[in-house]
This record gives sequence, C-alpha cells and structure tokens, in this order.
Amino acid sequence: MQRPDMSVAVAGIKMRNPVMTASGTFGYGAEFADYLDLESIGAMISKGLSLKPKAGNPTPRIVETPGGMLNAIGLQNVGIDAFIEQKLPYLKNVNTPVIVNLYGNTLEEYGEVAARLDGLSGVAGIEVNISCPNVKQGGIVFGTDPGAAQEVVRLVKKNTSKPMIVKLSPNVTDVVLMAKACADAGADALSLINTLTGMAIDLERRRPVLANVTGGLSGPAIKPVALRMVWQVARAVKLPLIGIGGIMNGRDALEFMLAGATAVQVGTASFLDPSAAQRIAGEMEQYLVDHKIDSVSSLIGALEV
Amino acid sequence: MQFKSMVVSNVELSPNYFRMRMTAPQELLASAPGQFLMLKVTDAIDPLLRRPFGLFDVGTFTAEYAGCGAQTYCEILYKVVGKGTKLLAALHHGDVVDLLAPLGRGFDLGPAGEEKVLVGGGVGLAPLYYLAKALVERGEKVRLFAGGRNRDDILCITEFERLGVETYVATDDGTLGESGFVTQVLERHLNKGMRIFACGPTPMLDAVAKMSARHEVPCQVSMEAYMACGVGACLGCVMKGANHTEATPDYRCVCKDGPVFDSFDLQWS
Repeated sequence: MQRPDMSVAVAGIKMRNPVMTASGTFGYGAEFADYLDLESIGAMISKGLSLKPKAGNPTPRIVETPGGMLNAIGLQNVGIDAFIEQKLPYLKNVNTPVIVNLYGNTLEEYGEVAARLDGLSGVAGIEVNISCPNVKQGGIVFGTDPGAAQEVVRLVKKNTSKPMIVKLSPNVTDVVLMAKACADAGADALSLINTLTGMAIDLERRRPVLANVTGGLSGPAIKPVALRMVWQVARAVKLPLIGIGGIMNGRDALEFMLAGATAVQVGTASFLDPSAAQRIAGEMEQYLVDHKIDSVSSLIGALEV
Repeated sequence: MQFKSMVVSNVELSPNYFRMRMTAPQELLASAPGQFLMLKVTDAIDPLLRRPFGLFDVGTFTAEYAGCGAQTYCEILYKVVGKGTKLLAALHHGDVVDLLAPLGRGFDLGPAGEEKVLVGGGVGLAPLYYLAKALVERGEKVRLFAGGRNRDDILCITEFERLGVETYVATDDGTLGESGFVTQVLERHLNKGMRIFACGPTPMLDAVAKMSARHEVPCQVSMEAYMACGVGACLGCVMKGANHTEATPDYRCVCKDGPVFDSFDLQWS
C-alpha cells in the first residue's frame, strides 16, 4: 500500500499533515529545532504578538494540576516589530507554514498588528486571539461578547489579505453563538479551544498558587470539553475548524478530526515532550496505515452518532 | 538532547533525600556544571510535566557484567516533596526514564588562581558537587559551606572531602557543624579575591547575594523555579532581573537565561 495522504488545507493554507503547534507553547519555533524536524509538522503558530512588547504577569505563573496545568503567563512577547526583525528571518528558511497569532489591548491595536503583517512574505496566515483568559484588556473581553468579537474580526479582515483564523474561548455559555458571530464577520477558519479558566489553592499558605489568582487550564484534562465544542461548532458552522485541547498522541488528534476538525494544534504536549508534534503526526499516519485509510482528510467530520 | 535512560541506582542518603544514577549518552560528558536535566517520571498523565534537577555528577563507569564497556552516567540529588519525587524514589535499577539534557546556562568557572567558595543548602549541593569536581580538576582551591535545618539536610559531605575540598557545615539546630545559618559562617571567611557559587533556598541565596555585594566578591547563583518546558518556550519560570520595575519589566527565564545567574543580574528582596 502507498503511504496515506496526510495533507490538508485550512483556509487555503496547505499543510503536509494536520498537526500544528499551538500558540504560546512552541516559543518562536527555533527553541524546538533541536528536538524535532520543523519541516515534519503541518504548521507553526507563533507566540501571541501585540503591537508593543509585553512583559507578562508576575510569578508564579504556572502550576500543575491532575492531568493538566494552569498558566498565567499573561501574553509575554517581544512585540510585532521585533518578531518581524528577529524571529521571522529564521522561520522563512523553514519549509513549513508560519501562522502568526496576534492580539490587541484595544480594537485598534488588533487592526494595527494585522496591518503590519499584511504583505509580509513568510507569514502564511494569522490567528486572531480573542480568548486569552490572563489579560485584563483585550483577549477574553472580545472573546466572550459576540458583538465585540465581530468588531475585531471585521476590522482585522479589513486590514489583511492573509487567511484569518479566529481562536475561540471555551469560557462562554454558548460556543456555537460565538463561532457563528465570527463566521458572519468574515473569519476564514476557527480554532478551538483556548484554555479554560481555572484556579489552584495552596492550602498551607491559604493563598492562590498563581500570582494572577486564576489561570488557563490546558492538557489532557480539558480534552473532553474541547472535543464536545469542536463537534458542536462543526455541525453549526461551515468553516474549517482546528481542534485544540489536550492532544497528547495520534489517537487524540484523530478524535478531533472525526468530530469535525480539519487540523489540530498540539500545545501542552510539547512541554513534556518537545518532539510531540512530529511524533503525533507519525502516530496518525500509522493509524491510517493500520486501518487501510488512503487519506487523512476522509476522516474529517466522519463521526457516526 | 532527548533520550531514554536506565536507572543504575537510586539510594536514600538520609530521610527523604535520594541520589540516583542513570545511564546517559556520551555527549553528556560535554555538559557544564550548573546545567540541568528534565526528567519524565512516568508515561501517565499525572504528574504531567517533567521535573527539573541540577546535574549532581556526570562521568563514566564500567558495570560489573562480562563484556561491558565504559558507560556514561549522570546523577541527580533530590528530596521527596511531592507526587513526582515520590514516584521517582520508587524507581529501581533497570527502570527507564525519559530525559532532556543538558539544559540551561551553567557556571562560569572564572579565572584560575582565585579561591572558589561554594555555598549550598540541602539539595542545592547537587550542582556544586559537579562544579567542585571541575574546579579541583583545574587545580583550584575550593571551600564548601553547607547548610541545612538539621544533620539530615547535609548531604554528600564526604564526597566533597574526597575531592580535597575544605568543608564548613552549619545547621539551624546544631545537630551537625556549627549552630546557625551557613551564611553567618561564610561571612567570617569571606575575603576579596574569592569567587562565590551558591545554590539553595531563595532566602539563603538572597543573603549570599547581599553579602557578596557588601564584600565586593563576585557571586553566581543557581536558581530554582517551577518549569513546564525547560527550553525557554513557555515563559513560566521567569524571575525579575536587577532593573525590573512595573514600568520597565525585565523578566529572565530560569531555564534558558539561567539557571545560573550573576547575582547582580537579579532583583533580590
């Protein structure tokens, strides 16, 4: 049997396989080059970038919980200009699509960051973060109000000719409502889910563990929630979806594809296994070989209910 | 590097303190004292993250089996404090763990000829032993100041002495060495022309950093922090640089910019 066709395309971004690295978990790419072949994965997504460099939150910023971890990094990043000057030249030499995750403290900043990336070679697409739970301004404010989300998406769309993915928050009552709002406003694809807001308490000190008090929960603990949301949105919205949430191995990734995702993002798994994204792509391919499936795209939304 | 490693031995040195030897690829011999490894204790998802440990020793040994060649090893020193280290303490010869190593920035050994002063508390002695070996190999005069709450916290002193290191011990309760803080003992012996290397609890490092500034003695500290990735990607382990303010933030990654820092590069209490 020939090797199965692992390629997929999300909003015109062609990828050799469906495995992307999630924003905030893969640095700016180069950090992981010693541990995996960057040209073996589907796409890389940068750390969330803002107009100006951002320092992030005080420490402690992370804590482990059963089957997961909470983080309150607070979107620390070098800023869009430093990214373009210092990080992008390296990434341009890697034959893998680079998607830039961006956010703004204000509506205007979202538009400005998107505009600075427009026309830049080496940027295959953008992912708009309207869902970070760890910053007061921007992020979650836009991700929990359908009207505000639409404003952001419309403005960014006006300022970019690149494929635009919108990353959704799970911290809403109805994720389908948010997905529809973003689709109507012009999103080319949706990625879901960002982290779930959570909390950990130090019983000895009787204080929150994280300096920010709350943080974003990621890891295998959130996979069932993420799968459910991908499945719900897939049935209601026609856009390509990227499934995110606790993917640790090829089987997890394929579950997301059955639920309706065209591609997946690997996040926390890269922390405990820096080669996770490459390994997961290999495990997916092996599943296809074992089950005599020709093409990974034939599994998208193939869940029988 | 990411590699599988076999546990060679895992010995309890004193209550709750263990020393574990693991096989390692030959390339690890090129690691620097002060660098660390990230260890995945179990394939299960709880605990999920790797655990960071300073390299206590790196070298080669020949196992007592017929036909065995020299094998590179690395060692860690750890205290059982939570779920991860409890599982670690239950590992035996032949068990396999997954390692990332060597990681981070190690100690700068400094110019030859100065007296080198090592200050350690509890498992903070771990990177200092590897450092002491490197310094002694260069023919340097090395002194060790070791501190702890009680005698159980004072680890591997005889190993340091075997290297020819002059050792000073202080415990809070006086059960071994002098009674009191190790920093008090250190201060009596501190002179210009020395260079300090310290690792241990943050309050101890804070005191050492301030003392080194007072005495104008260069000082490097090896820091500990909660970490997720160990390679500078997650930004979870940062600490404040010397000039950090709310308005002009300056965070340094312990895993990538450290774990060893010049003490004047960090902000102390």
